[in-house]
Amino acid sequence: MNAEVLISYFPLYGEAFWLTVRIGLIGIGLAFVIGIVTAFFSYFKVPFFSQLSKVYIELFRNTPLLVQLFFIYFGLPKIGIRISAEVCGVVGLGLLGGSYMAEGFRSGLEAVPKSQTESALALGMTRGQMFFNVIFPEAFSLSVPAIVANIIFLLKETSVFSAISLMDLMFTAKDLIGLYYNTTEALFLLVLFYMVMLLPVSILGNVIEKKVRFKMFGA
Amino acid sequence: MEEILNISNLTKRYDDLVVLDHVNLSVKKGEVIVLVGTSGCGKSTFLRCINALEKIQEGKVSLDGEVINPAGGKLNTVRERIGMVFQSYDLFPHKTVLQNMILAPVKVKKINKKEAEKEALALLDRVGLLSKKDSYPHQLSGGQKQRVAIVRALMMHPEVLLLDEITAALDPEMVREVLDVVISLAREGRTMIIVTHELTFARAVADRMIFIDGGKIVEEGSPEEFFNHPKTDRLKKFLDSFSYD
Ligand SMILES: Nc1ncnc2c1ncn2[C@@H]1O[C@H](COP(=O)(O)OP(=O)(O)OP(=O)(O)O)[C@@H](O)[C@H]1O
Ligand SMILES: [Mg+2]
Repeated sequence: MNAEVLISYFPLYGEAFWLTVRIGLIGIGLAFVIGIVTAFFSYFKVPFFSQLSKVYIELFRNTPLLVQLFFIYFGLPKIGIRISAEVCGVVGLGLLGGSYMAEGFRSGLEAVPKSQTESALALGMTRGQMFFNVIFPEAFSLSVPAIVANIIFLLKETSVFSAISLMDLMFTAKDLIGLYYNTTEALFLLVLFYMVMLLPVSILGNVIEKKVRFKMFGA
Repeated sequence: MEEILNISNLTKRYDDLVVLDHVNLSVKKGEVIVLVGTSGCGKSTFLRCINALEKIQEGKVSLDGEVINPAGGKLNTVRERIGMVFQSYDLFPHKTVLQNMILAPVKVKKINKKEAEKEALALLDRVGLLSKKDSYPHQLSGGQKQRVAIVRALMMHPEVLLLDEITAALDPEMVREVLDVVISLAREGRTMIIVTHELTFARAVADRMIFIDGGKIVEEGSPEEFFNHPKTDRLKKFLDSFSYD
């Protein structure tokens, strides 16, 4: 491996890294919101919206992100909606992630014992107060492992962004290999930057998981 | 004394199963009623119908003259006025003891947080758990959890308190500390309907005993009549099932 090549490539990867992180974070934020909203609809069996949520979840969980991105990036302009590659990446990640987050929250919600619902109601809470103060926070704690796994999965999925010419890490690596043939260095930096992005998430996730579990169950 | 809770012709069915069959009961202010009956006779269902956790098929429940089941909409405001503690410790596991106690007063009654905390601390002190205010439920024993559950219900200033076998899941040595709290509540004149299998406690705390069987109130009376001179064979048989001679 050539140190000079590594150093000269570094800034390019740095830029791509921030782009990936930025889109990743915003997309995951969006996924969170979508996940919570759909979980809310399913939990209260809101007419129409709960069925819609179900269709949405199945549709996005069972198609590859790349296909979804193609639909958004190349399909929408055909019906007159133009969006930038970056927005497309965020929306794509948000929609895919939303379906996974929704499933994570749903399993958490189902794991909250019924007696919790009843004691909240018996204290005079409305169903909304019960959901946001008792059921959801508990379900959230129970969903933490699934959420952490989803976040890591989604950050890894960003590697298909290069297909809609977003200059993310994968795009940068492919580009450099194509131009200069320094395959070893390019791939080494690719792995390195993905690790730098994902390892902290993984470690932080573990810590949060333990903390939450201890708080609620003491083990 | 004046009536606070009136239950008339209450009928509860699950599909074909008639659990409660035209039950009538009038509860006076400050009265302590203890409900007993064999497992599955509908004691829990009865309490749940009173605070409208269950829909009823016939009859009505009124609190201080206001019909609360079948309820017209505002169920939560009714439930504020009736406290309930269940057999399973049902504190909120993600909140500390103090947070458990002030959640409903602050969110539902919109009471100032500082004030709610002050009241909560006084109640915790009363049941000997002041030092546990910042503990999470999993850090408490079963008996401690139930004492917190009781004072959490008191935080809402309920007019009637429903207690459903609150010691049934406890180790024997913890039963006493919880029942002592209930007895002190009875002494200060709280209106309560209690379901329990602790007959010695029932005798000590009850103003009126009620025996449910076959979906109906089969016998009722003062603890003295009820335990010493049961009138019906069904009650005699039930009471006999508790003795070992
Ligand atoms: N959700 C339900 N659906 C159908 N049947 C039910 C339901 N809940 C209770 N039952 C039935 O209603 C009857 C009364 O139940 P309930 O829980 O009120 O009895 P209980 O007197 O409290 O018994 P225990 O002493 O064991 O607590 C039982 O036969 C039970 O199987
Ligand atoms: Mg019961």
